[in-house]
Amino acid sequence: MLGAFRQFAKCVLIAGMLLGSGAAVAQETIKIAFIAPFSGAFAANGDAWLKMLRYAMDNTNARGGALGKKFELVTFDDKIQPSEALIALKSVVDQNIPVVIQCVGSNVAAAMVDGVSRHNQRNPKNRVLYLNCSALATELTEEKCDFWHFRFSANVTQRVATMVRGLPAEAKSVYLMNQDYLYGQGVAADTKKFLAQYRPDIKIVGEEFVPLGKIKDFSSYIAKVKTSGAQALLTSNWGPDFNLLMKAGVESGLDIKYYTFSAHLNGGPTAMGDGGGNRVIAVLEGHDNMGAELGNAKAEEWVKGFRATDPGIDYPWINFQTMFDMLASAINKAGSTDPLKVAVALEGIQVPDMYGEVNTMRKDDHQIMQPFYTAMFTKPVKYDSEKTGWGWKTLTKSTTQDLTFPTTCKMKRPSGS
Amino acid sequence: MNAPPTTSAIPAGQRADAQPARRNWIWFVLVIATAILPWLFYDWNTGRHSGFLLTMLSQMGMMIIFSLSYNMLMGQAGLLSFGHAVFFGLGGYSTIHFLNAAEAGSLPLPLELMPLMAGLAGLGFGIVFGYMAAKQRATAFAMITMGIGELIATAAIMFHNFFGGEGGVSANRMIERSLFGVEYASSIEVFYLILAWTLLAALGMLFLTKTPLGVMANATRDNFERAQFMGYDPRRIRFLQFALSGMFAGIGGGLYAITYGIVTFDAVAAPLSANAVLMTYIGGATIFYGPILGATLITLLQSGLSLLSNAWLIYVGVLFISMVTFAPAGLAGMIQAHAPVSRAGRMGRLVVPYIRLSIPGLATLLGFVGLVELSSFLTIGEAQGKTLVLFGSKIDVHETMPWAVAVGLLVLGGAWLRFEVKSFALIWDEVTADLKQRSV
Amino acid sequence: MEIVLISLLNGFVYGMLLFMLASGLTLIFSMMGVLNFAHAGIYMIGAYVAFEVSRMVGFWPALIIAPLVCAAIGAAIEVWGLRRTHHNGHIAELLFTFGLFFIIERGVQMVWGMLPVPYRVPTALDFPLFNLYGINFPAYRGFMLLIAGGMLLSIWLLLTRTRIGLIIQASLTHPNMVSSLGHNVPRVFTMVFAGGCFLAGLAGVIGGNYQVTEPSMAAALGPIVFVVVVFGGLGSLAGCFIASIIVGMLQTFAVVVDFSLSDLLGGLGDWIGTKNLLGEILAVPVSRIGPLLPYAMMVLMLLFRPRGLMGTRDT
Repeated sequence: MLGAFRQFAKCVLIAGMLLGSGAAVAQETIKIAFIAPFSGAFAANGDAWLKMLRYAMDNTNARGGALGKKFELVTFDDKIQPSEALIALKSVVDQNIPVVIQCVGSNVAAAMVDGVSRHNQRNPKNRVLYLNCSALATELTEEKCDFWHFRFSANVTQRVATMVRGLPAEAKSVYLMNQDYLYGQGVAADTKKFLAQYRPDIKIVGEEFVPLGKIKDFSSYIAKVKTSGAQALLTSNWGPDFNLLMKAGVESGLDIKYYTFSAHLNGGPTAMGDGGGNRVIAVLEGHDNMGAELGNAKAEEWVKGFRATDPGIDYPWINFQTMFDMLASAINKAGSTDPLKVAVALEGIQVPDMYGEVNTMRKDDHQIMQPFYTAMFTKPVKYDSEKTGWGWKTLTKSTTQDLTFPTTCKMKRPSGS
Repeated sequence: MNAPPTTSAIPAGQRADAQPARRNWIWFVLVIATAILPWLFYDWNTGRHSGFLLTMLSQMGMMIIFSLSYNMLMGQAGLLSFGHAVFFGLGGYSTIHFLNAAEAGSLPLPLELMPLMAGLAGLGFGIVFGYMAAKQRATAFAMITMGIGELIATAAIMFHNFFGGEGGVSANRMIERSLFGVEYASSIEVFYLILAWTLLAALGMLFLTKTPLGVMANATRDNFERAQFMGYDPRRIRFLQFALSGMFAGIGGGLYAITYGIVTFDAVAAPLSANAVLMTYIGGATIFYGPILGATLITLLQSGLSLLSNAWLIYVGVLFISMVTFAPAGLAGMIQAHAPVSRAGRMGRLVVPYIRLSIPGLATLLGFVGLVELSSFLTIGEAQGKTLVLFGSKIDVHETMPWAVAVGLLVLGGAWLRFEVKSFALIWDEVTADLKQRSV
Repeated sequence: MEIVLISLLNGFVYGMLLFMLASGLTLIFSMMGVLNFAHAGIYMIGAYVAFEVSRMVGFWPALIIAPLVCAAIGAAIEVWGLRRTHHNGHIAELLFTFGLFFIIERGVQMVWGMLPVPYRVPTALDFPLFNLYGINFPAYRGFMLLIAGGMLLSIWLLLTRTRIGLIIQASLTHPNMVSSLGHNVPRVFTMVFAGGCFLAGLAGVIGGNYQVTEPSMAAALGPIVFVVVVFGGLGSLAGCFIASIIVGMLQTFAVVVDFSLSDLLGGLGDWIGTKNLLGEILAVPVSRIGPLLPYAMMVLMLLFRPRGLMGTRDT
């Protein structure tokens, strides 16, 4: 009895204590839901993403928001599980929030695409728009494409193309290492395809699929890479699989270049430390130094503003800012926050990104078309990463044109679109 | 004066069975209340149910079945399994494939019977894995189940056939075949399906506890060697109990597949297995309806509390540890302990002591929650750019005042609580001794 | 050939790290029948405390301080937690440590945040020890071997040459008898638990900068340590040692092995194809299922020889 009472009291208390925690609301705002892991193994990502999204949103709000109202973020914890995300989605539609952002985890994204699609189909009066800022599996805009889903980041195929195009002429032998799930397998397949297409002179001397999050010591993998004689290691590993790989590689003194997809993400530079210097190349849409490199004062101010909040991370995902700008622009164009109207307004929209490049939201598959870059982890740089003293310096660029590929998406369009 | 001695020799839990009508009306009322509950939150303006409430109730239903099935192992057979989610998840995966087959036309079953198919799948897997696991008992059994759990969880990410790899498998529950002509487009219809099946499954498991298998499972739990001497093969009993618990867990998984339309590897993963342990133990493993309480509470905490607080996992952990240390019979056990008192009409005696207990209890709780929230906010919440708002006023985490208040509440409340607990214990002993005297 | 040698070395290092963790767990398990789920959590605390101490004072003090802190925590857990649940049975104790693990994990996240912390190898040890076929073998790994070996030696000496060691050994196999003989078994329990946590903390100091120090490190290593303990067997440190080395080698070598079951069965997989689950299982190369192997081993061992490799009692 006492225990039950305790629990009830606990709930009441916590409800009382934390009601209203979150951004203060004075006047009417446009609410945007953000579903991400805020507890569990990937909580670090949820936190980092939230910081970046908030900053981008504040920036858009400062320039007027949309329809004269400001955006407001409402967060939900999905614990990186699809079922929890769907529960959170129910809460989102209950609160009449018209837009939901979810980006961390392609498996959750796949569930969200399905969930949002079905919900919108069954509840035409209470629809929600799904914005995807970083779930990269290409199939989300191919086989699984859906009218209500918009992806604001280059997908796996586009990133792999950037990486292959960015390989130096001297590279003749490469080793592929990816995580053993849909994302990693997609990267591997695309890598082989693009190597054959762009660089038939390069030989793949080894291929590896690493079980997700289970390997503690990558030394044996490094030994394999060494005996294969590869000059470069191409890897899409992220999280602990990336950090431990880098550790082992650096420790072994292997003289090789690493081409990665995740070295610039939260925790990456810390894990690499000095050992990654002048060795690691990342495929990214932006980095803290690019503004200064391009002489773009606005971009540099933007980065400085973020760094001034002492976030502990870099801000490579400039597409988050592009996403908010596109959303604001579409809402203004549609004249309302009704998801159907906003979706139609988003299709084909063109907005310049932080570096002045025009990004387009393609109508066929709701995939953003943007340029992409490779950058080297080096020093000295003006803005270092995670206080390591090392930072990113752009190496190559693939233009929007280079990365515009045909799509197989055939999405069902709702009536009125 | 001297009542027959036999009544006081029988433990409270079993004696309650002697008055079935009186005990069971509570469950009647609860079921009806649950069925009506969504309508209390119905938004008459927009003509919509509270989706959040329906989802939470549906989740509770599935978890109730899941934890009841787990209790078949833990509470009734004394088997600690760390891989129970395997059956739930495999039931879910199977149901997705059944649904897809039904849509393709090769499996002409109505949706209402799909959980039954899921149960059969769960039974099948239960037989296969049970053959391996039931060879051992106690810690070896726990380790085998853990190993099986890890194996299946990893396989679910790796293999594409059947498991769909990391993306999982999905299906549409609107297969246009139903016993009652229902479309199952809206959540309320699914909710009633879940309610019906939860009732069915719970009754099924209750029935099992009264069969010879159920009773012998209790016997092997209590005294393994003696059961052997009586001629029953404990291995066989474990095997049967394991397979049947797999069946019911599979039913839960089937409902999961129907509700969400997608099953991924987290439906077989270790955190869900851990959940089963938590729910069942907190609710009370020794009494049949204990897991129902535990499942309800944990689902509330997990889905509701996590929306409010960052540190909800800590609360669950502390709750769990407190239960293990102070109340190993769980919530149901605590409730049940009051049964003889209420039957004797002596509850009134306890009202004042409970009130006296609740005030320092509340203070300690406030202090603890305050401390946890403050420290969690310091490192995590602030990083997320939130501001802590308490009862309408903003709290600055860097000032000493809130910390002092929280610590003070915790320490002072804790000391006072200890004092109150001691006096409560005295009163409790007095009441129960009095009851024993009167042989209730 | 180079791969085999390098993998041998690395497997041995990893195995020794596992042994440091598992030895504490096996001691606790054997003596008290408690499978300490929080053991990996103590390992994590050791790593984080070492990180803090290294930042403030230096690595070498951390080597002593962190394990002592963990031992103190262990003693506190035993006296105020486990002793109370002891009368509720083994399952209650196991569940207690289970809940403790949650709290430790979340507590660490709250205090240090969720990103990995830059706990690095001390510069004094950050050089290549020797070069094997073009791959450096870091001196730090040699240091790890040294510490682990020293630890093994001291445990062995403690158990066989001191009086308290003899009591512990006796309690490992016959706890009731030892109690009947008048020894203060609860105090011995507390010492053993604290000692096990000391070892876990030491493993954390060493392992924290060998791997990455982050809040998920406990959940990552925990299950493997259980496998080692169960595989090695109850009541036997030697069995634990052998099991650690086997598991360490297995996981390290599995990476190297590129063929699959279907290759072994002479192309049976080609006939079945990969369109169904069976075919997929046959076709997957061993290097991809490496992490699964210890669990498979554990299940098999429990099925056919539940007392483990060298256990003296049934699990």
